Amino acid sequence: MACSATAKILQPLSIRSAEKSESCGKMLSPSSFLGSTPLPKKLFSVNKTISPLARRSATIVAVSSDVVKEKKLKSTQNLLITKEEGLVLYEDMYLGRAFEDMCAQMYYRGKMFGFVHLYNGQEAVSTGFIKLLKKEDCVVSTYRDHVHALSKGVPARQVMSELFGKTTGCCRGQGGSMHMFSKEHNVLGGFAFIGEGIPVATGAAFTSKYKREVFKEDCDEVTLAFFGDGTCNNGQFFECLNMAALWKLPIVFVVENNLWAIGMSHLRSTSDPQIWKKGPAFGMPGVHVDGMDVLKVREVAKEAVSRARRGEGPTLVECETYRFRGHSLADPDELRDPAEKAHYATRDPITALKKYVIENKLASEAELKAIEKKIDEEIEEAVEFADESPVPERSQLLENVFADPKGFGIGPDGKYRCEDPKFTQGTAQV
Amino acid sequence: MLIKILRQYQVHVVAGGGGAPTSFLYKTFRNSSSSSSSVKKMTVREALNSALDEEMSADRRVLLMGEEVGEYQGAYKVSKGLLQKHGPERVVDTPITEAGFTGIGIGAAYYGLRPVVEFMTFNFAMQAMDHIINSAAKTNYMSAANISVPIVFRGPNGAAAGVGAQHSQCYAAWYGSVPGLKVLAPYSSEDARGLLKAAIRDPGPVVFLENELLYGEAFPVSDEVVDSSFCIPIGKAKIEKQGKHVTITSFSKMVGFSLKAAEILAEDGIDAEVINLRSIRPLDRSTINGSVRKTNRLVTVEEGFPQHGVGAEICASIVEDSFDYLDAPVERIGGADVPMPYAANLERMALPQVEDIVRAAKRLI
Repeated sequence: MACSATAKILQPLSIRSAEKSESCGKMLSPSSFLGSTPLPKKLFSVNKTISPLARRSATIVAVSSDVVKEKKLKSTQNLLITKEEGLVLYEDMYLGRAFEDMCAQMYYRGKMFGFVHLYNGQEAVSTGFIKLLKKEDCVVSTYRDHVHALSKGVPARQVMSELFGKTTGCCRGQGGSMHMFSKEHNVLGGFAFIGEGIPVATGAAFTSKYKREVFKEDCDEVTLAFFGDGTCNNGQFFECLNMAALWKLPIVFVVENNLWAIGMSHLRSTSDPQIWKKGPAFGMPGVHVDGMDVLKVREVAKEAVSRARRGEGPTLVECETYRFRGHSLADPDELRDPAEKAHYATRDPITALKKYVIENKLASEAELKAIEKKIDEEIEEAVEFADESPVPERSQLLENVFADPKGFGIGPDGKYRCEDPKFTQGTAQV
Repeated sequence: MLIKILRQYQVHVVAGGGGAPTSFLYKTFRNSSSSSSSVKKMTVREALNSALDEEMSADRRVLLMGEEVGEYQGAYKVSKGLLQKHGPERVVDTPITEAGFTGIGIGAAYYGLRPVVEFMTFNFAMQAMDHIINSAAKTNYMSAANISVPIVFRGPNGAAAGVGAQHSQCYAAWYGSVPGLKVLAPYSSEDARGLLKAAIRDPGPVVFLENELLYGEAFPVSDEVVDSSFCIPIGKAKIEKQGKHVTITSFSKMVGFSLKAAEILAEDGIDAEVINLRSIRPLDRSTINGSVRKTNRLVTVEEGFPQHGVGAEICASIVEDSFDYLDAPVERIGGADVPMPYAANLERMALPQVEDIVRAAKRLI
């Protein structure tokens, strides 16, 4: 991770000078890309009360651990992606967007039910990070997990079936929107409680390290933990920052700071809203990146993931992003300022990537349209598949409570219940 | 793999230099055994220690994590010697972050390891309750067997001596109500060894409720128990003493009290049958019902709060399955319905004592 010029001391980003400083906060020059508004101006205008904090915190220096190295920034950037990479990124982001839009449609038609939390607007974070991973790397998410699962490789039809509650879903309809698990693609959930996934992700990273140290395998698997701004006030977040840095676990903590936790503004609930600063307090680099720009996210992600693979420990990455829809499909979304929504709509990551790809002649409009068409068809097919899939059978109710079916204990005839030939036929006293 | 056939096994003499991995610990317990008789005695602490050691030696995926398990040799010395033997990567001293390290253990279990998470007491585990229930117990079901969680949560449960309200609660009923968990409550060294081994080998989450006051108690153990493949099936209760007039069910420390009560009752000609539940979830309803159908009377004994307790569940089970066999209402003995007081005499009043069990049994006859 790039560090400030003075060795071993990380100056916290003071708001006014952020643009000029070369500290960890900015990997690339802020305004060269994609029409994005540079961060500091926006924060400064939104809430004046931040400035006294910034002045106060400028006198506190966070001492980084020895792990943080200095690295020179490239001052001019050539193209960041090849054509193939560009198309992959575009397809993945468009898949996420189209899928979530279809979810909204299906929900209002009654095919989907319960809690559904959509990811519109945040695709750059998921695509930027997850497309750098191998299959063995793990992703742990929150209830806003459809797109994380899709980016990691879970087929859209399985996710759609799961949402419809059909037996062909990735969790046979037993998990639902908030609990996407996939052993094959190493998606370790899908958690409803915020902050719950962070220790689990830290544990998966612990396993990677354990495999290296105890099994002596050549294991460089990395875990990504995705969570939001509201979670960063939760105790478990800090507990895990501590332990991950203490044990140098191969994990990247990705904060999707979309400024709102249901209706609670991040600025109203957090004493110091700059989340990336909490990393150095625990001895790991904290980075802030524009989460509406997939290329910037990807650059930061590359460094964070390879840092973890090298065994240098965790990184905290704060992605400034925004969700275009409400917290969930049941949220009337009345508290957010329409001007704010309009502002972020102009920074739509998909439009931005499209513009970049076309302007830099990486692909033509027609190729992108072809991708869009392909994805639209894939989503339609996923919906059809989910519609036609059967609902779970009655016997499925009692299955999989235990990994070991004998744990169902002893039936009235003194034998293990699972040995009863009728056990999975739904006769087991429902 | 869960049920080990208890084989008659020749115990290899493990005197110095034997190839068995547990030679260090065998020496310890052999020294403490009574030299005159052929019956070996083992404390519960030694039983747990040897079980952990054997399972860690047999499977490298097993690791122990918790507060003070390593350099301190265990808050109650249950993990004594394990750090020295297996190294700091496998016996992990954690910071004081129950929610954090429980979640880490569970995440490690998701991704392939078999952790044993030690709580200094299960009272502290309340800070990790979300993870035990939501991330561990429910995961195999929610993910439809995509992700299984082979983890053991162990530690002392229930009252100790004079430790006050926040250190004395019994959690058997709370964990026992959650589908997806197995909840075990050993009493003797044989229980401790066999059940802990079964728990570690089990592919799902197991809550293992020990008792601090039992750690130092020594019990006779047979050769089978000492064998490293000894396992007790989860979900089967043990009839500690056969009887015909009244059934007394209990678990953990209360088994000892119930056995003493049975001796006192025997002097009055009442032959009590004492059941050691061993497994709170799944509850061995068939053994309990079978016993009540024989004796027609039931006393349930537990240390925890009476409302919604284990005794309440047993009572409901009997009423559902064996109502016609009851000759008297079920007597439920539990701790007093108050947070645990500190004063020694109040604490004694707040917990079931042997006299309470005797009185309850006599009320039924």
